[in-house]
Amino acid sequence: MFRYISKRVFATVPVMAIVVVLVFLMLRLSAADPAAIIAGDNATTEEIQDIRVKLGLDQPVLVQFGVWLTKVSTGNLGESFFFKKQVSELILDRLEPTLSLALCTIILSVMIAVPLGVLAAYYTGTWIDRLVMGLAVLGFSIPVFVVGYLLMYVFSIELSWLPVQGYQRLSEGFWGWLQKLLLPCFALSAVYCALIARITRTSVQEVLGEDYIRTAHAKGLTNKIVLMRHALRNAAVPIVTVIGIGIALLIGGVVVTESVFSIPGLGRLTVDAVLARDFPTVQALVLLFSLTSVMVNLLIDLSYTLFDPRIRY
Amino acid sequence: MNAFTESSGRVTLWRTLLRSPSVMIGAAILLCVLFIGLAAPFLHTMSPDKINPSVRNKLPGYESTLRDDEGNKIQFVHLMGTDSLGRDIYSRVVFGARVSLLIGATVAVMSAFIGLILGLLAGYFRWLDAIVMRVMDGLMAIPAILLALSMVALLNAGLSTVILAIVITEIPRVVRLVRSVVLSVREEPYVEAAISVGTPTPVLLVRHILPNTIAPLIVQTTYIAAHAILVEAVLSFLGVGISPETPTWGNIMAEGRAMFVMLPHNIFFPGLFLAVTVLAVNLFGDGLRDLLDPRMRKRL
Repeated sequence: MFRYISKRVFATVPVMAIVVVLVFLMLRLSAADPAAIIAGDNATTEEIQDIRVKLGLDQPVLVQFGVWLTKVSTGNLGESFFFKKQVSELILDRLEPTLSLALCTIILSVMIAVPLGVLAAYYTGTWIDRLVMGLAVLGFSIPVFVVGYLLMYVFSIELSWLPVQGYQRLSEGFWGWLQKLLLPCFALSAVYCALIARITRTSVQEVLGEDYIRTAHAKGLTNKIVLMRHALRNAAVPIVTVIGIGIALLIGGVVVTESVFSIPGLGRLTVDAVLARDFPTVQALVLLFSLTSVMVNLLIDLSYTLFDPRIRY
Repeated sequence: MNAFTESSGRVTLWRTLLRSPSVMIGAAILLCVLFIGLAAPFLHTMSPDKINPSVRNKLPGYESTLRDDEGNKIQFVHLMGTDSLGRDIYSRVVFGARVSLLIGATVAVMSAFIGLILGLLAGYFRWLDAIVMRVMDGLMAIPAILLALSMVALLNAGLSTVILAIVITEIPRVVRLVRSVVLSVREEPYVEAAISVGTPTPVLLVRHILPNTIAPLIVQTTYIAAHAILVEAVLSFLGVGISPETPTWGNIMAEGRAMFVMLPHNIFFPGLFLAVTVLAVNLFGDGLRDLLDPRMRKRL
């Protein structure tokens, strides 16, 4: 098992290295000159040149890469052009809303989608199955911002049950936090639910065809126990995997949802930084999100060895 | 095509396609959207760019009068209302179909083509495999919307930049798919036989290996088209996509954000068209997948 873990950990090293190089290159390929953006519209050529030297932009690309990498690895993500603050400070400041949104969405999606997927698998071919799978296709097709505005219209504007937009920190009260988070989470969970419900259905369907399920039925266990104790437990691996695969999807959704609901999180920060052409912030955020998605997938792979004792490497 | 002659094989395929409800429904909706896009110059009631300050922010069904060049009064009905610049939402939505379909089709074809070539080469040549796949893994690790968002920001925004940005995010998925097919096919006896009779590698790749990738590739291409339409709408919605004057569904919604509480139709009409179009492409893809490659059903 130790060999598997070390092998899997080492396998992510080249992926992370490629991500780091790609994120660095992205800035170099840009048509815009960062120095000119910092200097503003009225700057003279000399002023721009001064800034270029100060930022090290006059150095060869490889040297720039070395300098940037050393800084990033010590946690120094540079200073934001637009917000005039350390990027790491900005990120820490915006972390809580994004984490709340992402975690609540995952919990909500699993709570909704796994039972639906199990139901669809159990009643394969009936109207229940068709309804769940139809909803799943719908979930894949409706853009998250349309779902967001639809929910906002019904529950905030027409019914006035929930606040329209915004975010409240958890430290300022649990109920306020939950109230403001509820709609964004439901909006964001649509795609995620579709993904999880589909994979739950196929994996439970596969397991239901196994011999030991027939045995379990034969020894007189109730459907409920067979489904919960025998089928679902063995279908867990693909379900957990898809949660990892969906992380990239979730991050994309976070960016949009935070814009719709005016949540001051990392996704909103990304859009603001992109619109302001604030390159150090964009670079840091893309790097952070990508490494998070790689790490989550690594942790999920490693967790198999814990909860599925059949997997031996 | 074993027992069938070529033409009867084609007839069978058509019959199978006709029998699949999701393919038929998907295709029917797509044809409608395509018709709307192509016939936009005849369907629209007013130029989609025409700014009219006197009819800003009107509800659907509002009637306005305009004077033409000769001074005649013309009555207009704003079927879907107007936006904050007084532009007719209905006319903009109709023209928006063009951009969405164009983006979906172009991105799907381009990423399928580039991905097919890279996947064939990576699957067949071991030394290339390691390099190509590591780069693809890296690209896939960056969330698609984030990658497209930052690329559009860095290279100046515009239709071609948006297409390029989405193509780059989609290529890795195609490469992975094609490579996996090539890897499983290259060990088949008939490929070995072809090598042993001295088939040149390019012929081997194109004639013996490539046909195996076509069915899964077509299915994947439809999903890419659906995803591309969504990503373009997201980029426009966030204000970094195609320039705001261009009528795209994402742009109309972006414009409607500020007035959403008063005038939700600015978001709902284009949103409805967007969702129905993407739904149709997805249905079409699901139907094709079940017909062309039943094994893929399990792979999701």
